[in-house]
Amino acid sequence: MRFSKLVLYFLILFNFFLSKLALSAGKAIEYPDKNWSFSSIFGTFDKASAQRGFQVYKEVCAGCHGMRLISYRNLAALGYNQDELKAIASQFEITDGPNDDGEFFTRPGRTSDKFASPYPNKKAAIAANGGAYPPDLSLIIKARPNGANYLHALLSGYVEPPKNMKVPEGMYYNKFYSGNLIAMPQPLYEDGVEYLDGTKASPDQMAIDVTTFLAWASEPELEERKQLGITVILFLIVFSILSYFSMRQIWAPIKNKN
Amino acid sequence: MSKPKFKNPVVNWIDYRLPIFTFMNHELNEYPTPKNLNYFWNFGSLAGITLVIMIVTGIVLSMNYTAHIDYAFDSVERIMRDVNHGWLLRYIHMNGASFFFIVVYIHIFRGLYYGSYKAPREILWILGVLILLLMMATAFMGYVLPWGQMSFWGATVITNLFSAIPLVGESIVTWLWGGFSVDNPTLNRFFSLHFVLPFVIVGVVILHLVALHRFGSNNPIGIDVKGKQDTIPFHPYYTIKDLFGLSVFATVFAAAVFFFPNFMGHPDNYIPANPMVTPAHIVPEWYFLPFYAILRAIPDKLGGVLFMFGAIMVLFVLPWLDKSSVRSSQFRPLYKLFFWFLVIDCIALGYLGAMPAEGIYVVLSRLATAYYFFHFLIILPLLPKIESTRPLPVSISTPIITTSSNASTVMAMREKK
Repeated sequence: MRFSKLVLYFLILFNFFLSKLALSAGKAIEYPDKNWSFSSIFGTFDKASAQRGFQVYKEVCAGCHGMRLISYRNLAALGYNQDELKAIASQFEITDGPNDDGEFFTRPGRTSDKFASPYPNKKAAIAANGGAYPPDLSLIIKARPNGANYLHALLSGYVEPPKNMKVPEGMYYNKFYSGNLIAMPQPLYEDGVEYLDGTKASPDQMAIDVTTFLAWASEPELEERKQLGITVILFLIVFSILSYFSMRQIWAPIKNKN
Repeated sequence: MSKPKFKNPVVNWIDYRLPIFTFMNHELNEYPTPKNLNYFWNFGSLAGITLVIMIVTGIVLSMNYTAHIDYAFDSVERIMRDVNHGWLLRYIHMNGASFFFIVVYIHIFRGLYYGSYKAPREILWILGVLILLLMMATAFMGYVLPWGQMSFWGATVITNLFSAIPLVGESIVTWLWGGFSVDNPTLNRFFSLHFVLPFVIVGVVILHLVALHRFGSNNPIGIDVKGKQDTIPFHPYYTIKDLFGLSVFATVFAAAVFFFPNFMGHPDNYIPANPMVTPAHIVPEWYFLPFYAILRAIPDKLGGVLFMFGAIMVLFVLPWLDKSSVRSSQFRPLYKLFFWFLVIDCIALGYLGAMPAEGIYVVLSRLATAYYFFHFLIILPLLPKIESTRPLPVSISTPIITTSSNASTVMAMREKK
């Protein structure tokens, strides 16, 4: 069997992946593609953007949405040093206990703590939000098809509803939300946060930044994964070539006899 | 002890008492293999290697996994975030399942195309179908372990199938669940079975290999090995060829693990299981989609279950449905045509399984399901009666006698012998 046939089989395999892609793309609403810093195979997180995104999360989203899988220490990956992390963690009140007297108590957060939750429990979160549970954001980018583009679109999708549409109380119109009626009010407004690094806080900028931050939270291993991946793939390609020519050499007497 | 077989005296001492080195030498080194195998014969060894990869990564994952509905999801996330290279282990295991099925499906269609299931390899084939069944059970239960939304709802849908059994169905489902819904006892037993079934697969794989080595591999021409001139030793010829195949496979596999690890998964499984919220579309993993399409194509619940299992059961009796004595479809022009129809039919069923069960999709699913069974139950038994097969070569070493120039080389080769 020659290389041409091998190429054919690769094409069949490729076709399989392509059809899967087409399948998953066909169902979803089209979101604008934002060309994220982390989406290519060499992709990394834009750290400055992710730090700004953390600020947006902390000042806007964290009022309702928890991130129970993330610890303050994890933020070191975004470029914060230990002192900054301690300062960030100590801004939050954490319930701890029971202590030696059997009492629960609050104390300032430590870097080893998970992000403080806005509500004591899920029922409280539902009760405070008119029956709608604000989902935890730790994995939100991985938990939605085309997650990064989806979230950016959703945050930018608050527009005037069509004239003939009646928006019930406690619901809001969003052109990118499935069914168009969402229980979350528009979260991002011009200058909704004052960025520490002086970047202009336009709604689109904030949506991009918070999406970058949440993409990191969903896949904190992404940079290490892709870097290791490139090394592994390069090694395997060289190994494949070497084993191919070894095979040719070993088989030469058999092939020549025919 | 006659004359020592091995240079190393320790090896000889052991081998005299426990002939393990003789065995390995016989089965992995000298093992006579047809010399005309093409790359499709790589997929058997690839499947074996993938099984080992799954078992090794699975054992390490299980050291960090907690089989409890309150902790399972978070323990998987802890593996992804805090365990050293836990993300790598888990992504290899997760994508490994998909690649295992890709490899095994190619392996099965190879067997169909070249008639590898025919006498005297019927038991070899049946053991292979048994491995497929065990794989499906293992993969299904493994998908439940992360306890995401698709884990929970997939488990609910699939276990509920057993309720279609008349009279005892409901009791069986309760017994499977260990309660009155998919809950903690279900997760615990699935974890236990997911851990143990792969070792059962290893056992059946060993039997599969014993049966294989009884008569050796089939080959693309599909005629029996006539003598030494038709075979070459397994080592080094097929060890190096398998190594090359493995390195190409590993490259593709690594590309998925490192760059598209969630491509073959479903985003909903990153949402913790919630018995109160049903996902809009409950879809199984891609490798179950053809069977899922068959299940939904039948309007009756029990009928759907029977046809779905029937789609596998028909493979068990395949050696007796295909009555043609010619193995390879290279010499069966009609069978070759119908083989490709079957491939298209299976891909179509996979596509339809992913689509919602409504409108035109239902009609197409029924047609595709009907054709699947029509192929095995009607076409295959009838085909030998109407098909004129092409003349078979004399042996593997003297292939195709069609043109005069070829014929003269054959004569020349015969004279040499």
